[in-house]
Amino acid sequence: MWLPVAVFLAVCIFIVLVRLFLGPTQPDRLVGLDTLNTIVVVTMVILGVAFKEVIYIDVGIVYALLSFVTTLFIAKYIEKGKF
Amino acid sequence: MILNVITYICIAIGCFFNMLAAVGLHRFPDVYTRLHAGTKCTTFGSIFLIVAVVIQSVSVWVAEGLSSPQSILTLHAVIALVAILLTNPTSAHAIGRAAHRSGVKPARAVVDDLEKEKP
Repeated sequence: MWLPVAVFLAVCIFIVLVRLFLGPTQPDRLVGLDTLNTIVVVTMVILGVAFKEVIYIDVGIVYALLSFVTTLFIAKYIEKGKF
Repeated sequence: MILNVITYICIAIGCFFNMLAAVGLHRFPDVYTRLHAGTKCTTFGSIFLIVAVVIQSVSVWVAEGLSSPQSILTLHAVIALVAILLTNPTSAHAIGRAAHRSGVKPARAVVDDLEKEKP
């Protein structure tokens, strides 16, 4: 029941990844990265429910917080041209 | 049985909105509209997917009681949802501000009132 959902979300991740490679400007790539991070967190939760392993969901929580910090730093870099 | 039906409906809504986010990143013309598609749709879709997880564990609770291992899993899933709900709009705001200040214009824009507000 849950594994096809994870596969579907993985397909969505690949579609977003195409935008991350194509993106004409820097903010385009950053938008792609942000979308990809959110879908990856949801996929980790779904995989954790599918295999009944809590550790996958913990990985998802830490990934969400770290990717938030990453996005803020890249946005600051795009804004000012330096850190 | 009714809980299973509700779970499937929530999964369908969540998958549909995540797919809309992925497609919208390719269909929209510039950064700001892509931000609109990519951020809001994934937040809404992940809300519904994790609500589906919670409803499915409610059906487990009805069968086995609250002390089943599903309880810890559901609690952590809700914490992950809270993390997404707190961080996703904030990072979208940061990306939009950074894109405007780095000089990226909206496609087919005529008037840019935010330009006057620049310090």
